[in-house]
Amino acid sequence: MADLSINFAGIRSPNPFWLASAPPTNSGAQIHRAFEAGWGGAVWKTIGPPVLNVSNRYGAWHFGGQRMLAINNVELISDRPLEVNLREIAEVKRAWPDRAVLVSAMVESTPEAWHDIVRRIEDTGADGIELNYGCPHGMSERGMGSAVGQVPEYCERITGWVMQVARIPVIVKLTPNITNIVAPARAALAAGANALSLINTLNSIVGVDLDTLELTPSIGGKGGHGGYAGPAVKPIALNMVTALGTDPVVRESGVPVSAMGGIMTWKDAAEFLLLGASSLQVCTSVMHYGYRIVEDLCDGLSNWMDAKGFAGIGDLVGRSLPRVSDFKDFDLSFRAVARIDEAKCIQCNLCYVACNDTAHQCIDLVGAGGVLVQPYAYSAQSNGKREAVATRAHPTVREVDCVGCRLCFNVCPVDHCIEMVEVPSGRAPVTWDELVKSRPEITEQWPAMEAYRKAAGIDVH
Amino acid sequence: MTPPQGLHELLPPLSAHEAAVEANRCLYCYDAPCAHACPTHIDIARFIRKIATDNLTGSAQTIFEANLLGATCARVCPVQELCEGACVLGSEHKPVMIGRLQRYAMDYAYAHNVVPKARAATGHKRVAVVGSGPAGLSCAGELALRGHQVTVFEKRAVAGGLSTYGIIALREPVDIALAEASLIERLGVKIKHGQELGGNLAVDQLQSEFDAVFLAVGLGATPSMGVAGEEWMLDGLQYIEQSKMNGKALQVGNNVVVIGAGNTAIDCATVAKRLGAGQVTMLYRRTLAEMSAYPHEYAFVKMEGVDIRFLTQPVRVIGNDGKVVGLECVQMRLDGDAVPNPIPGSEFLVPADQVVKAVGQLKPSLAALLGLATDKGYIQVNRNFETSVSGVFAGGDCIRAKNSASTVMAVQDGKLAAEAIHTWLI
Repeated sequence: MADLSINFAGIRSPNPFWLASAPPTNSGAQIHRAFEAGWGGAVWKTIGPPVLNVSNRYGAWHFGGQRMLAINNVELISDRPLEVNLREIAEVKRAWPDRAVLVSAMVESTPEAWHDIVRRIEDTGADGIELNYGCPHGMSERGMGSAVGQVPEYCERITGWVMQVARIPVIVKLTPNITNIVAPARAALAAGANALSLINTLNSIVGVDLDTLELTPSIGGKGGHGGYAGPAVKPIALNMVTALGTDPVVRESGVPVSAMGGIMTWKDAAEFLLLGASSLQVCTSVMHYGYRIVEDLCDGLSNWMDAKGFAGIGDLVGRSLPRVSDFKDFDLSFRAVARIDEAKCIQCNLCYVACNDTAHQCIDLVGAGGVLVQPYAYSAQSNGKREAVATRAHPTVREVDCVGCRLCFNVCPVDHCIEMVEVPSGRAPVTWDELVKSRPEITEQWPAMEAYRKAAGIDVH
Repeated sequence: MTPPQGLHELLPPLSAHEAAVEANRCLYCYDAPCAHACPTHIDIARFIRKIATDNLTGSAQTIFEANLLGATCARVCPVQELCEGACVLGSEHKPVMIGRLQRYAMDYAYAHNVVPKARAATGHKRVAVVGSGPAGLSCAGELALRGHQVTVFEKRAVAGGLSTYGIIALREPVDIALAEASLIERLGVKIKHGQELGGNLAVDQLQSEFDAVFLAVGLGATPSMGVAGEEWMLDGLQYIEQSKMNGKALQVGNNVVVIGAGNTAIDCATVAKRLGAGQVTMLYRRTLAEMSAYPHEYAFVKMEGVDIRFLTQPVRVIGNDGKVVGLECVQMRLDGDAVPNPIPGSEFLVPADQVVKAVGQLKPSLAALLGLATDKGYIQVNRNFETSVSGVFAGGDCIRAKNSASTVMAVQDGKLAAEAIHTWLI
C-alpha cells in the first residue's frame, strides 16, 4: 500500500491532505473532529486583529443542477478572540502530535505586530505559520491580505520581518489576484520563506438577484466582491502551481509548494501533486460535504498509486512538470483527427452541431447507404420511435478536413465514443520557435506563410 | 370534477427540483430523435432546455408552437413508443421523462395564463369544425391563431371528446381536458353544444354558412359481437365515461370480465379493479403477440392485479334470475395469419357478475350519410386532409385507416389540416 505521509518543509503529516485556513478550521472542537475523520493537517483559520462579520457572507455558483461549483465569501479572519484561538491551538497540537497544525496569520503591516504574532503562535507548539497575503475582501481594505500579496515589495518586506523571529517553518500564501504569480513568489523566497502556498481566493461577484436586482448574496441590500473558490477555480490553480513549478528561481530555491484551489477528489489531488505540489489543502468540498471526504481522498489516491506503482508521495511530486511547455515549442507537424465509434455513438448530434456551427464543419450526418442527410429532413408525417431511431443518420468525421481541434471530443457525452487519433502528417517535426529562427519570413509575412504551407502540404480552409 | 377514490391522477406532478434535475439530464440533442418520434414534432430538447434555464413561459410556448393540446398529450401519450422510446439516453439507462416534463411546463402555463402566440400567417375566413375532440380543438385553435373565425359544433354537453369522456381519470382528469377546451375558446373559438351533424345540424347548412368545414367526428360506439345475451354486457366506452363523469354512481361488479385486449379494455379493467372489483379478468381471442394494447399498458394492468386469458372467445352470457352469473367461452387456436378459430367441444364457463365489452369502435357512420368517399370504412382524405367533397376536410380517428389511432396523431391531423385549410382559403 502506498505511503501517503509527507514531510513538508520539516512539517510531517500522515497524509498530504490539510484543511485550508477557512471556516472548517475555525475552532479546536472542529479540528478535533477533522483529525478524527483522518485529516493529515489543518491550517488554523487566520488569526489577527479584531473583526466583525456580516450575515449572508457566503454566495455560491450553481450550474446545470449541480450545487456549489464555486463558493464566494466575504467572511473575514477569525472573529474569535486571539487568546481563545491560541489556547485551542495549543490543546489541539497536544492532543494530535502526529498531525500538522499550522496557523494562518495576518496583522497590520508593522514589524512589531508581526514579531508579536509569530512569537505567540510559536508558543502554542504549532508546526508552522502561514502568512495570509491572499484574502481579497474586507481585510484588504485595511491594508492586509491581498493588499500585501499584490505588491511583491510588501511581500518581501513583511516576510523578512517574520523570518527575523520565526523558529518554525514559514509558508507564504499567495493571492491569485495578480498578473504574474511568480513575482510575489520570488519576493517571498528572497526574504527567506520556507515554503509557498497557493491559491487563495479569486475576486468575484457571484451573481445578481433577478427579482430584487440586488447582488447575491445581499447583505442588507448591498453586496460586493468576495473570494471565489471551489471546483470551478481548479484549472486556474493548476496553472499557477505549474507556473511556480517551472520557474527557475522557485525551482532553484527547492522550497516546497502547498497547493489548493478546487480540490474535490483524489484525482484533483493527484494532478496537483504531479504538477509540483507536495502538500494539499482543501476547503470548498469540505464545506459542501463535511470532513468525511478525507477518507476517499486518501483511499482513492492510495489505490491509484498502488495501481500505478508509486510507493510514496515523493514519487509523484512534479512528475508531470517535464511535460509542461510553451506554444512556441509544440510540434506544428503533430496531427490528430477525431474518430467516432459508431457502435458507441448514441446519435445526440452534439458533435455535429458544435463542429458545424462553431468549429471546422467536418462532421457529416450520414444515413443509410452512405447518403448525406441534412438535419431536420424528416417529413411532418413521420413519427414513432422505430422510424425516428431507424432512419437516424450517424455523425461521421470527414477526416481529411478535420483539423483535430478536439471540440467534438469535449462535447461528446459518451465515454470513449470519440477518440483523438494521431495520424501521420507526412511532415518533419518543427516548432514555431524553430521557424522563427530558420525561416523568419514565414512568421512575419502572409505570402511567405502561404508559400510555406503550399510546399509543406498544409491545407487550411 | 373530482374523480372517485382510486381514480385520481396516477402520477404526481414533478416538483421544481425534480423537474430541474430531470431537465438537466437532457443532453439537448441536435435534431433530436424525440422530436422526430413525436407525431406533432414538438421541439422537445428546446422546451426541456427552457425548463432547465427556468424559462417556463418560453418552455410552454415552445410546446404550444407545435401542439395546442400539450397538457393532454403530456398525460396520455404512449411516450414509451414515441419520444421517450427514441431518447438517446434510453440505450444506456433511463430516457428523460419527457412526458412528465411537458406536463410540468403545461401545468405552469395553465397556472400562469400563458396562451399560445398567434401564428405568422393570417386570414379572416369562417370555418366550421365538427367535433371538439383533440383533432377538432387542435384544428380550431390553429385556425383561430391565424385570424379565422372558427365555430366548433359538439353534440355532447361538454367539450373535449375522447380526452373528456374516454381517457380514464387516472391518466387524465376531466378538468385538464376542460381547461384545454377553455384555452381554445380563449383563442376566439366558439364551441356550440348539442349540435349533431346528421341530427339537428345539416352539412349543407355548414357549407353555406362557412368557407370550409373540418370533420373531426371520431369513431362510433362499441360494435355488436353477435353473442347471445349481449344485452347483458356493458359498453366499455360508456363504462369509462361513467367513471369520469359520474364515478360515484358507477356500479362495479365483484367479479368483472372485460372482453378485449386493446387499450380501452385495459382501461376498463383498471377502472373495475380500482373501484373495488375483487376479481377482474380480461378475455382475448388471440395471444399476447397480437394484442393491440401497448406493452407498458399491459405491464401496468398486470401490476394492478388484473388477470388475462388468451385464446378465449365468449359464446354467450349466462344469466340467472335477471343477473349475470357467467360467460360461456370457447378455447381458440391460432391458424395461419393469426386467424383465431374455435376448438370444437372446448366450451367452458367463466364466472362473472359483470361483463364489459371493449372490442373496438364502429367506423364513422357519417361518411355514408354525407356521401363522402371512404377507405376501409374511414373517411377518405388526400394529403391535405380534404375529403372527396371540396371544402370539407377531415382528421383524427375518423380518417385513421392506417396506423393506430392516438390522441397525439389526432392533434397533428388537426394542426396539418388547419395549415391546409388556411392555404386553401387564402
